[in-house]
Amino acid sequence: MTDLFPNVDWPDLMIATGETFYMTIVALIGALILGLLLGLLLYLTSPGGLWQNKYIHIITATFVNVFRAIPFAILIFLLFPVTIFLFGTFRGTTPAIPALIVGTAPFYGRLVEIALREIDKGVVEAAQAMGAKTSTIIFKVLLKESIPALVSGLTVTSIALVGYTAIAGMIGAGGLGDYAYFYGFTRRNFDIVFVCTVLIVIIVFIFQFIGDWMTKRLDKR
Amino acid sequence: MIKIDQLSKVFQTSNQSIQAVDHIDLQINKGEIFGMIGYSGAGKSTFIRLINRLEEPSAGSVLIDDQDITKLSKRDLRISRQEIGMIFQHFNLLWSRTVRENIAFPLEIAGLSKTERSERVDQLIQLVGLTGREDAYPAQLSGGQKQRVGIARALANNPKVLLCDEATSALDPETTDSILSLLVDINEKLGLTIILITHEMHVIQKICHNVAVMEDGRIVEQGSVLDVFSHPKQPVTKKFVEQVMGKPDNEVADDIFIQQVNSGKVLKLQFIGESTNQAFISQVAKKYDVELNILQGNIKQTQAGAYGSLYIQVTGTDEVVSQAIAYMDSTSIEVEVVAND
Repeated sequence: MTDLFPNVDWPDLMIATGETFYMTIVALIGALILGLLLGLLLYLTSPGGLWQNKYIHIITATFVNVFRAIPFAILIFLLFPVTIFLFGTFRGTTPAIPALIVGTAPFYGRLVEIALREIDKGVVEAAQAMGAKTSTIIFKVLLKESIPALVSGLTVTSIALVGYTAIAGMIGAGGLGDYAYFYGFTRRNFDIVFVCTVLIVIIVFIFQFIGDWMTKRLDKR
Repeated sequence: MIKIDQLSKVFQTSNQSIQAVDHIDLQINKGEIFGMIGYSGAGKSTFIRLINRLEEPSAGSVLIDDQDITKLSKRDLRISRQEIGMIFQHFNLLWSRTVRENIAFPLEIAGLSKTERSERVDQLIQLVGLTGREDAYPAQLSGGQKQRVGIARALANNPKVLLCDEATSALDPETTDSILSLLVDINEKLGLTIILITHEMHVIQKICHNVAVMEDGRIVEQGSVLDVFSHPKQPVTKKFVEQVMGKPDNEVADDIFIQQVNSGKVLKLQFIGESTNQAFISQVAKKYDVELNILQGNIKQTQAGAYGSLYIQVTGTDEVVSQAIAYMDSTSIEVEVVAND
């Protein structure tokens, strides 16, 4: 191994891998919560929805569209003041997380909205006909019935997140992107770039595999 | 009892308004199976959805046991809806829940404890004949079984009335029959009022006591199923009756088979609400020295007895034949001499 990849420091690489996992998973939880809120708000306030409201719908949709339109590499810089205000620095894994969440939650929010739209309106109507409260409809019908689609959407989001952690790495967020850029690319150690790439691909495969497996298990259709 | 008064619904689109339900007045008795028939677009689906306010009425009132549904606040409406069961054409079951869990859902909404729910679900599963399928998911069930789950779910909170929105229209004829007999069974066992809408006349014929015919948002004809079957007045009603009874009788009378009869008399026996059975024919044959030959018949069973007509050829001496006819006439069966030899 040492002959093949002379410049790779394996303990450092392990730490970097751990950092990538850390950022991806924490940001994924944030994106899940914020994305669910955004998706529900988009769905419920849409015309014909349970909370039909033109203004809230337009505001939410605009927020989602604007943040989806900003490239992630630029979004990180835009959020610098916020990051520095919160953490005092923009370097490190934890300060990268707000940007990762803001970068992916609107994307996941749209996926949530699509998942909710897939639910047959008749099922919601049946629940209404039984005298269900809106909160019951949201938790026991809308979210419960769309779980397979919500999970597969989360899988897609997690893979986007792995990519974003690598971009964040280039400004010193840590993780495999950071390692590949500073130790690999800037020092012309291309063996490091190669090993980091392979690890990132493996991480993506792991997320995809887990996501597909869960979706399959949860789907009762 | 359900009393519907001047119920109307207008749909407003950007450039026109559509009167889907047009000042409907109706009275439905407790324990009755009431059918509303009409072609698609007649407004019957909107009508049934107005009863539990899945659609907000534009005007009019719906009184269920003297409670005006149209006047209820959102909160009171939710509670009232627990007493109005509803089943749907496409079942509308929750895919992520098993049969048990689907049936338990309205009980969760009503706030029953876990043990109460489980007990009630067991009863309902037995009532609709789904024993053994409790833990299946809807995707693993046939259409008929799905509708049974829908019925069990609708009955969970002991409703006063069951609304059936084209409940059998997505089912094959055989399954339709089994679901219809389940509905009759429930109606008789629980004394439950059932309101159903359909575009299939045989559904009306099989299970309804009273029927209304709907066209362009209005009720154009209504009455007991037998009355409407025997004396349809409106063209649309006649068409629906033909769905079940075939072509009208006056056309049958001109048929070749009657013209070819060359001895005796041809009689048309009209059964209206009669408990029709073959014994009637054999009684006549035993009492009088006549030969009876059945030429053609079309008799359907309705909730209020049989309805239809039977063409028979009677031969014998003139005197005995006229005695036999007089006897037949003395029963509740209408007799008409269609052809003489």
